Amino acid sequence: MSDTPDRDGAKAAEEAQLRAVWANPTGWRYWTSVNNYQIGLWYGATAFAFMLFAGLLGLLVRAQLAVPQNDLISPELYNQAFTLHGTVMMFLFAVPIFEAVAIFLLPPMLGARELPFPRLGAFGFWSFLIGGVFVCGSIFFGAAPNSGWFMYPPLATSEQAGIGADIWLLGLSFIEVASLAAAVELIVGIMKCRAPGMRVNLMPLFAWYLLIVAGMILFAFPPLIAGDLLFEMQRMFDWPFFDPARGGDPLLWQHLFWIFGHPEVYIIFLPAIALLAMIIPTFAGRPIVGYSWIVLAAVGTGFLSFGLWVHHMFATGLPQISLAFFSAASTAVAIPTGVQIFVFIATMLAGRVIFSTPMLFAMGGIAIFVMGGLTGVMVALVPFDWQAHDTYFIVAHLHYVLIGGMLFPVFAGLYYYYPLIDGKHMSDRVGRLAFWLMFTGFNITFFPMHLAGLRGMPRRVHTYPADIGWDWLNLISTMGAIVLGIGMFAVVVDVTLHRRRQPKGETNPWKAGTLEWISEPEENWGVRSIPRIESRYPLWDQPNLAREVRAGQWYLADAGEGRRETLVTSVLDAEPEHVLRVGGTSTVTVVSAATLGTVFVALTFKLWLVSLVAGVAFITAVIWWLWTGTGEIPEKPEKDIGRGVSLPIYASGVKSTGWWAMFITMTGDGTAFASLVFGYFFFWTIHDDFTGGLAGPGILWPMTALALFAAAWAATLGAREANRRGNVASARLLLIAAALLSAAACAAALAGPWTAGMDPTSHVYPAIVWILVIWAAVHGGVGVLMQLYCLARSLAGRLTPTHDMELHNVALYWHFMAVTALVTFGVVGLFPEAL
Amino acid sequence: MATLFWVMTVGGLAIWAFVVGFSLYASRWKRAPVSEASAGKVILLAGVVFPVTVLTALLSYALWLMPSLRPFGGAEQAGLRIEVVGNQFWWRVVYHAADGSAVVSANEIRMPVGERVEFSLASADMIHSFWIPSLGGKMDLIPGRTNRLSLLATKAGTYRGQCAEFCGVSHASMAFPVVVMEPAAFDAWLDARRAPSPAAETGDPGQALFMREGCGNCHSVAGTPAAGTSGPDLSHVGSRLTIGAGLLRNDTDTLARFVAHATALKPGSQMPAYLGLPVEERAALAAWLKELQ
Repeated sequence: MSDTPDRDGAKAAEEAQLRAVWANPTGWRYWTSVNNYQIGLWYGATAFAFMLFAGLLGLLVRAQLAVPQNDLISPELYNQAFTLHGTVMMFLFAVPIFEAVAIFLLPPMLGARELPFPRLGAFGFWSFLIGGVFVCGSIFFGAAPNSGWFMYPPLATSEQAGIGADIWLLGLSFIEVASLAAAVELIVGIMKCRAPGMRVNLMPLFAWYLLIVAGMILFAFPPLIAGDLLFEMQRMFDWPFFDPARGGDPLLWQHLFWIFGHPEVYIIFLPAIALLAMIIPTFAGRPIVGYSWIVLAAVGTGFLSFGLWVHHMFATGLPQISLAFFSAASTAVAIPTGVQIFVFIATMLAGRVIFSTPMLFAMGGIAIFVMGGLTGVMVALVPFDWQAHDTYFIVAHLHYVLIGGMLFPVFAGLYYYYPLIDGKHMSDRVGRLAFWLMFTGFNITFFPMHLAGLRGMPRRVHTYPADIGWDWLNLISTMGAIVLGIGMFAVVVDVTLHRRRQPKGETNPWKAGTLEWISEPEENWGVRSIPRIESRYPLWDQPNLAREVRAGQWYLADAGEGRRETLVTSVLDAEPEHVLRVGGTSTVTVVSAATLGTVFVALTFKLWLVSLVAGVAFITAVIWWLWTGTGEIPEKPEKDIGRGVSLPIYASGVKSTGWWAMFITMTGDGTAFASLVFGYFFFWTIHDDFTGGLAGPGILWPMTALALFAAAWAATLGAREANRRGNVASARLLLIAAALLSAAACAAALAGPWTAGMDPTSHVYPAIVWILVIWAAVHGGVGVLMQLYCLARSLAGRLTPTHDMELHNVALYWHFMAVTALVTFGVVGLFPEAL
Repeated sequence: MATLFWVMTVGGLAIWAFVVGFSLYASRWKRAPVSEASAGKVILLAGVVFPVTVLTALLSYALWLMPSLRPFGGAEQAGLRIEVVGNQFWWRVVYHAADGSAVVSANEIRMPVGERVEFSLASADMIHSFWIPSLGGKMDLIPGRTNRLSLLATKAGTYRGQCAEFCGVSHASMAFPVVVMEPAAFDAWLDARRAPSPAAETGDPGQALFMREGCGNCHSVAGTPAAGTSGPDLSHVGSRLTIGAGLLRNDTDTLARFVAHATALKPGSQMPAYLGLPVEERAALAAWLKELQ
């Protein structure tokens, strides 16, 4: 295809260098890799291992319930087992597996070399691994959480919950941080790293869904993190957020938990549907029918999912009018869900379907999920829910939804995408056998649970009487669970053993149309060169594309400067904007995750000094990471990416990926803050006098703090402008002033409740005021670090009037800080006065 | 309610069969692909129009049902109010008659047939949930709140009720029998509970043991000095159908067993195991407790 031997030689050299730049380190240093293929595989394998562990716990639960009055395991162990089963499945499998798949698949699917923050992805993986092992390991010491995966106080705040509750709260908070990191990575990746020409309406559906899901994570996880914070303050320091004797309310936790917990179900479900949206068109041999329908339906599902949380609380005695609202919303979510299912059916109708193993899992999943969806409509109706709530009917419903809507599609995805891992197929025969074992085993296990629930069997009972008609149903369920387990085991055997004997297959074995099938399993670079996309199914519609891409005839085919680079394009139209140099192999990711993990583990055991030391080490590691790995001033302003296009290598402000990452992170952070403010007003609504007759922080100190924060904000913006105009000296002075003002603001913030002598253990009012003020002060402290960081960068010559991305990002942080201060001090200072 | 359930069950199964059948038709059975336009119509009709219609009807019916199932809001007052307080892992039950008198009991509910009974539900420790599957929906017992529930039993008989919210290690053993009686029989039963049991004042050896072992620090027995409130009231324990909150049938053997092995029978319960009590003393104690009719 090339004209001369010379050019062939040049291409080969270019390819060799590109390969070297993207190569993983060898030996033990392999584990410091940050490449999305490695991280995706490790992430996925770890999540699968956790799933198998939680599956075994599920089998243990089923074994205990096989016969009435069984004493196979103690009630205490039973309670730990079911709590951990739910917790691990939700937090350590269902969400992480999609972060794994997304990290693995998105770069080639979008036509990118890498996601924009590979080190952040690696950091997230290591955090997930450390936190997950910590949480799972606890059961071997009899110290696992035992209060249910929903951790309702007062049970979970009581002595009876033991250290397991702290392990749950701190271990999972750590993992939630990892999930948020992944969300930031995925959102920026999908918005900014698509191949040129891949306008939003040409995006693969998987990318659409992941964008929606990552956005949902951003709004759903922070309320739980805020709840965890309140919860742990009560457990550690006796701040009475959920203690009714001191003005608290256990229902606040239920609200915060389910504001997270219900979107969580859709965070799990939508990516699975996304896999089906990739698989079904391939095997129907045609583009999806109703692309706009399915995208709108996914957006609608994501949106509605935030309005359903109270349907977990229908039996708590809330007013009937609010029950009616949430009942309506819960029913309504069936509509966009139904649209998505019928988009698949319509696509199959309009195509010629090849019924492969992935399709078998996909169709089995849909059959199960639809059943779960229909029982979902039943329990969305309040009168029926009053009866079915907290019974085995719900256990059946949720497993139909999650296993049909998530596990089967994941297995479909496993069989479908396995060739991308190492060019080999999973066994078709084992796959079909595993499917039928899992499908029948699943239905034998869970269908009888509907009946057990209707016959009055409540959830979370470690045993039951013999003579009330539950025994044979439970025995059947246990039998089914064994069959289901054997089916899963068959897949494990297939993954670990069978495929070794197989020859390497062709690329794109299913003749799929989307871009990820262009990638070569043995290469680390994502795509050899970055093409221009003109269709939703480029491999079908642009016939020479694969050849041209692999021959390096498209953009950014080289790594001439020895750096890992990918292309950044505009958000809507994906027009090339600049070349992004992404982070390479580094130990800093492992060190940061390990130190942060130590902070959380040490807090669990109340080792204050260890956690303080680890905390300082973590902050140091992060600063080192930023200092050495970000904001680098390139050796030349522009790079020729081929085909006559030359792009800048440095970007700052709204064009840079860092700015977007800061914006997205702070949106999540703001959601957590909003949840705390929600707590403040929640207490106000449930009490006649929510101050409990206690003194507030007054007006003076909160207003002083607000003024100082505003001044610090203004000085930060001033520094950015002065630097931009080349007035470096004034910029540095303004940064110093800003840091001093912020420090003073933090002190003034804390002085309010301090001088008023507010004792946070006495009543919930001082406690919630302290939490809001501490939140603002800690953010102020982080703001000071950022200002000093910019100052240091400027003094070191790493931040100049033309290369000022740090200042832009810090100014953005301070916009959010200013809003936080305004709300905090307005609420704690002025609101009590207005009453 | 039953109508709603059957409509949803039959309708749900029909819709499920349709979706699965249609999927199989689309993927395996159809002869030739249909046009994209017709496929788009399928999305519109089956995915949007049909569910919107069905769900709107269903939701309206369910919302219309709600007030009749939980008839609160007005000032209407049921004649009998039963106060239930959840404890780990038992139920305090107080009958408040219309005349303002109160009768304290535990771990068993008795109610008249054909009369609406109001329950006021609270908790002394964890969140529990009060549920009698045969009589109607459940309602949580939440510390710091009092929830209300109204139940109407239409058929006399004995039912099983239980805690439906996970409340700790012995959540599974927190049940209670519900006896629905003819109104006259119920009134007679309640009247008999207003006075101490005759056995409470006999000077029985079992009673002496009860006092000696300090049982009265936690339990009350009307007519004796035993006035503890942290455990179930035992004034008429002999006449209850079960002991240990629905755990065991009530007879002298099980009473003796429960006294000796409470922590093993009900892990996490506050009741200590009186293993040191000689077997004959356990029997005497149990015999007296059974006498408290």
